[in-house]
Amino acid sequence: MSLLELKNIYKIYGDLHALDDVNLKVEKGEWLSIMGPSGSGKSTMMNIIGCMDKPSKGEVLLDGVDIAKESAKNLTAIRRDKIGLIFQQFHLVGYLTAIENVMLAQYYHSVPDEKEALEALDRVGLADRAKHLPSQLSGGEQQRVCVARALINYPEIILADEPTGNLDDANEKIVVDLFHKLHSEGTTLIVVTHDPEVAEVAQRTVYLRNGKLHKETINENFTGEIKFDNEVEI
Amino acid sequence: MNKRKMFLRMITASLIRRRSRMIVALLSIAIGAAILSGLVTIYVDVPRQMGAQFRNYGANMIFTPTDGHFTSDDITKGKSYIDSKDIVGVTPYRYESVRIHELPVMAAGTDMEQAKLTSPYWSVEGSYPSGSGQILLGASLAEQFRLGTGDEVTVNYTPENPEPEEGETILDNTMDMTVAGILETGGPEEDYVYITMTDLEELTGISGKIDLAELSVSAKSDKLNEYADNISANVPGVSARLVKRVTESESAVLTKLQALVLLVTVIVLALTMICVATTMTAVVTERRREIGLRKAIGASNGGIIAEFMGEGILLGAAGGTIGAALGFIFAQQVSINVFSSSISFMPLLIPITILVSVAVTGVSCLLPIRSATQVDPALVLKGE
Ligand SMILES: Nc1ncnc2c1ncn2[C@@H]1O[C@H](COP(=O)(O)OP(=O)(O)OP(=O)(O)O)[C@@H](O)[C@H]1O
Ligand SMILES: [Mg+2]
Repeated sequence: MSLLELKNIYKIYGDLHALDDVNLKVEKGEWLSIMGPSGSGKSTMMNIIGCMDKPSKGEVLLDGVDIAKESAKNLTAIRRDKIGLIFQQFHLVGYLTAIENVMLAQYYHSVPDEKEALEALDRVGLADRAKHLPSQLSGGEQQRVCVARALINYPEIILADEPTGNLDDANEKIVVDLFHKLHSEGTTLIVVTHDPEVAEVAQRTVYLRNGKLHKETINENFTGEIKFDNEVEI
Repeated sequence: MNKRKMFLRMITASLIRRRSRMIVALLSIAIGAAILSGLVTIYVDVPRQMGAQFRNYGANMIFTPTDGHFTSDDITKGKSYIDSKDIVGVTPYRYESVRIHELPVMAAGTDMEQAKLTSPYWSVEGSYPSGSGQILLGASLAEQFRLGTGDEVTVNYTPENPEPEEGETILDNTMDMTVAGILETGGPEEDYVYITMTDLEELTGISGKIDLAELSVSAKSDKLNEYADNISANVPGVSARLVKRVTESESAVLTKLQALVLLVTVIVLALTMICVATTMTAVVTERRREIGLRKAIGASNGGIIAEFMGEGILLGAAGGTIGAALGFIFAQQVSINVFSSSISFMPLLIPITILVSVAVTGVSCLLPIRSATQVDPALVLKGE
């Protein structure tokens, strides 16, 4: 059984089909990139996978549970327990320090543990910035705090919507390296990106256009050099 | 770290690190609480003060004899109809015409200690007579006779029946006395000479005769009326009546003042609530993103409510504490400036003020918090 399976997903706003009959399977431990032009439905899809939104039609199976049918309350619980979210606009709580922002995820998940939160910050190379407020951190550092927050509860799946969209090359590399680490530890990653360089380090990339999945590439030399060997039209 | 600690850390961080935002709410709560606790202090304390103040204008009940004069026994009987804890003072008066330097003046025999209680507005230069042979001289008489404290005077009394019968000794109706004090009241008392009842009885040779008793009774006008009616009906020889003008204005002013205080209290409460609700609504609006984020990373609606309520309650408690202190100062100032006396500190008012502030803030936060739970994380996080 796949960790995540989207079956005939539609998201319809008025007469706009933001998602139009999308089918997708994601295996446990897989690293998937989602690409597509602006307005193609990438964020819409991520929101549905992330239990923040429901499809107009179709099934979303996460661990075999159809999250499209769950109540808002259960969705909150699933999101809290299974999903780590990273956003393009490094969303942090402005009046909480880096470490408090990380602990916030622990707080909602189980119990805050300062030591563990500090370890997570250490993993993203920010142990020395733990007591800084977001306004005292650079964009790249803020995004790394978001990564630390996303991974703190050992989620089954990390969803990142354009995590490097606002980062320079150096910070982009740090974040991508972190994804490598997380992936090697067995975390499932789904990353939305505009940036081919970020997309092509994943094992697989799917392409969205006008709400439809129209192409999929598989990076067969995933562990080795980053290079596309196979292009499949679907 | 446990969840509660993290919760406290979050809400205090929110208030402290966003203080420029919260200061308006804090100030409105503090000012509201200050005015409320100040007004309550005045509401409770002023009737006490006003009572004291109005009693300064003299006794509020008078016993008069129904047939010429009565005795101290009659007064005692009358007094027994009044709850003893309500009695501030009972002063008997007996008036006789005497002569000083051969000029006729009115002398009043009284009980000096009681007179201090029923006529607290008397201003005495020197001292009250403390025993036999001393007089309290009305200021205008003192001026007329050019007498001051410590001066010697001779007081003559002409008995009503001046011609003694054959073989009878003539009464000693002259006493040498000392001026103990000069009485200033700005009223008719300044034309009297006050001496102790014992001296007057000795001077006149007639005892047990009282013309009038003034009473100061600490009771509301209904109760006073009841006392007076009871006494007039049940004590033969005594007619009790109220000094109407003082008691009525006292209660009328009090009722008006309390109504005013109540009205202001309600208005201030409403204004505070509106101000806090407005601030909290603004706070929720500007924090939609944060609320969405919290929800996205797993906060339930209950969690969001708890956090905002927690902030509201903390804000209310802080505002209430500041307000309780300011309120006391405010009430104290009003009391000193208006009633020229300091108010009594009511310790219970501090926790009450804080509790009321917390409750008012909590209620004002309800609507804004409700809208906070309706934030959709997907929409908020999507972009701008
Ligand atoms: N709440 C909404 N109501 C109406 N239309 C919406 C709503 N959310 C998204 N859309 C529309 O759905 C389409 C897909 O939006 P989505 O945000 O998924 O695009 P995207 O692929 O993430 O684009 P971008 O790369 O710019 O972030 C867009 O045309 C958008 O206007
Ligand atoms: Mg998007």
